[in-house]
Amino acid sequence: MTQDFDFSTTLGTAWFPSPLFTASGCASSGRELSQFFPLSDIGAVVTKSIMLKARTGRPTPRMAETPSGMLNSIGLQGPGIDHFLANDVPWLVENGARVIVSIAGETVDEYAVLARRLRSIGGISAVEVNISCPNVENRGQVFACDPQASRAVIDGVRRTLGGDLPIIAKLSPDVTDIASIAKAVVEAGADALALINTLLGMVINTDTMRPHLGGKTGGLSGPAIRPVAVRAIYQVHAALPSVPILGMGGVRSGRDALEMILAGAQGVSVGTASFSNPSAVLMIQNELLGLLKAKGFGSLHEAVGFAHRDELADVE
Amino acid sequence: MSYINSKAEQISSTILSNKRVGQYHQILLNVGAVVKHCRPGNFVVMSVGGENSSLILRRAFAISRTSDRGEYGGTLELIVAPHGSGSRWLCSQPEGATVDLVAPLGTPFGIPTTPVQALLIGGGYGSAPLFGLAEVLKSRGCRVDMILGASTSAKIYAPLEGKRSVSSLKIYTEDGSTGIMGKVIDPLAQLCELGEVDVIYSCGPMGMLAAISTIAQTHEVIHQCAVEESMACGVGICMTCVLPVLKDDGTISMLRSCIDGPVMDGARVQWASVGQSS
Repeated sequence: MTQDFDFSTTLGTAWFPSPLFTASGCASSGRELSQFFPLSDIGAVVTKSIMLKARTGRPTPRMAETPSGMLNSIGLQGPGIDHFLANDVPWLVENGARVIVSIAGETVDEYAVLARRLRSIGGISAVEVNISCPNVENRGQVFACDPQASRAVIDGVRRTLGGDLPIIAKLSPDVTDIASIAKAVVEAGADALALINTLLGMVINTDTMRPHLGGKTGGLSGPAIRPVAVRAIYQVHAALPSVPILGMGGVRSGRDALEMILAGAQGVSVGTASFSNPSAVLMIQNELLGLLKAKGFGSLHEAVGFAHRDELADVE
Repeated sequence: MSYINSKAEQISSTILSNKRVGQYHQILLNVGAVVKHCRPGNFVVMSVGGENSSLILRRAFAISRTSDRGEYGGTLELIVAPHGSGSRWLCSQPEGATVDLVAPLGTPFGIPTTPVQALLIGGGYGSAPLFGLAEVLKSRGCRVDMILGASTSAKIYAPLEGKRSVSSLKIYTEDGSTGIMGKVIDPLAQLCELGEVDVIYSCGPMGMLAAISTIAQTHEVIHQCAVEESMACGVGICMTCVLPVLKDDGTISMLRSCIDGPVMDGARVQWASVGQSS
């Protein structure tokens, strides 16, 4: 990447040459974006959350543009874990991409079953456990809204995986106290946290006078939610300063990525920005590197959580 | 599983001209060598609104016509209806402005290897890609008949130069302000019965495409339609533009209209299930 600047990062035991990642659900399985840049050039590809069985997802319309954002209501459409592991992961590995596999289950047990399938697969850097997809039929299924349910899912995955693969728990901002959920999943064995998933939202079509989305509600993403993400990262980093955070939510420039790093993120995922610019991850990576050097940091690590320095001084 | 158009490139493109044509804008873009890979039916996506815009999603536009000659080298033409915030922004751009473009994307219309009788049906500005298609079909020795329709005269897009490639052109408007009062599907069953149609190519609103599919299937006429679903990215990563489509193995899949379309086999699209819960 660069000779004089250490841009590398870690999430648990996994090492990445760059802190820029795709966000799950915003890069499919990576192949489409490889038309625009070599996937090996970025930190890692976080694949679209995969479920046990093939899933058709929600009806259309699945999308609504909102001010500086969008609602999506995909409903985890995908080919199922077996097809995914047989086709998509080998392709990514062959093409030199570092791979973080995102999994989503309907029950606590299903997450463990998914994790078991990953144990024997080579080339995976880490597992993202998506316990916060808002596009499920039953809000009770959003495990990340409840500390006990979150803990149960991560505990099951941890027991299944043993110490082999780092676990990244993806949390929802739609909670009263995100730090308490973060603590619960870390106690259960999560090595890192992905902050944040989309916020639950709705658009009503004023012509039809009905909810616009086929699934009625959807997940809000894009620059509109960035301050929510920065706040969540800041709060969780303050509560758990040693736990690595993968920050995401509306990042569309190097400046936005730097903001998340300063709040406490050790890595940054780019999601919706890839929809408007398929080479966004690479562009943001280059901009972030330039900004960190311009600010006088000697490494990425020095900048992580730098916005907290006054509070740390107060404690001392 | 299908993949993104292997010729797709992200380029910065200059707007060479922006002319109002009826209720639409005809926008000519300088795209260089990319034009060699653009086929009728392919589309482009572009970012709109400028760097700090609150419009964060790419807008998709069908390629109307292309040219690899002339003083600018490769150019492509879009016909844009200024209906939404993104298309209004594009229509307000002056000549010389640059736009970030990905082209070409999606599947093209299939071109027959032997001369056939082709019927091209366009609804509103859905006629735009059909004129480029007509040129290709004519050059292959096909007879090309065209039917265009819209709610009213101002929404018909039928440029003079485009008419040269078609053997016949019929226009239908719902208010009767131009051509025959009625809809494009009105004469379709009869034309099929007379054996005057081997292949139907269509582009326009989904309701029109569904109605054509029903008639085409009854008469066992091949129907290639360019579908229209709202897209966030156009490059296959957002999964918003899906349609239920019957696959070879008999299963129905939610296929991305940006990757497996926009041109699809009308007989395979499950029109009744579009927008329905699975």
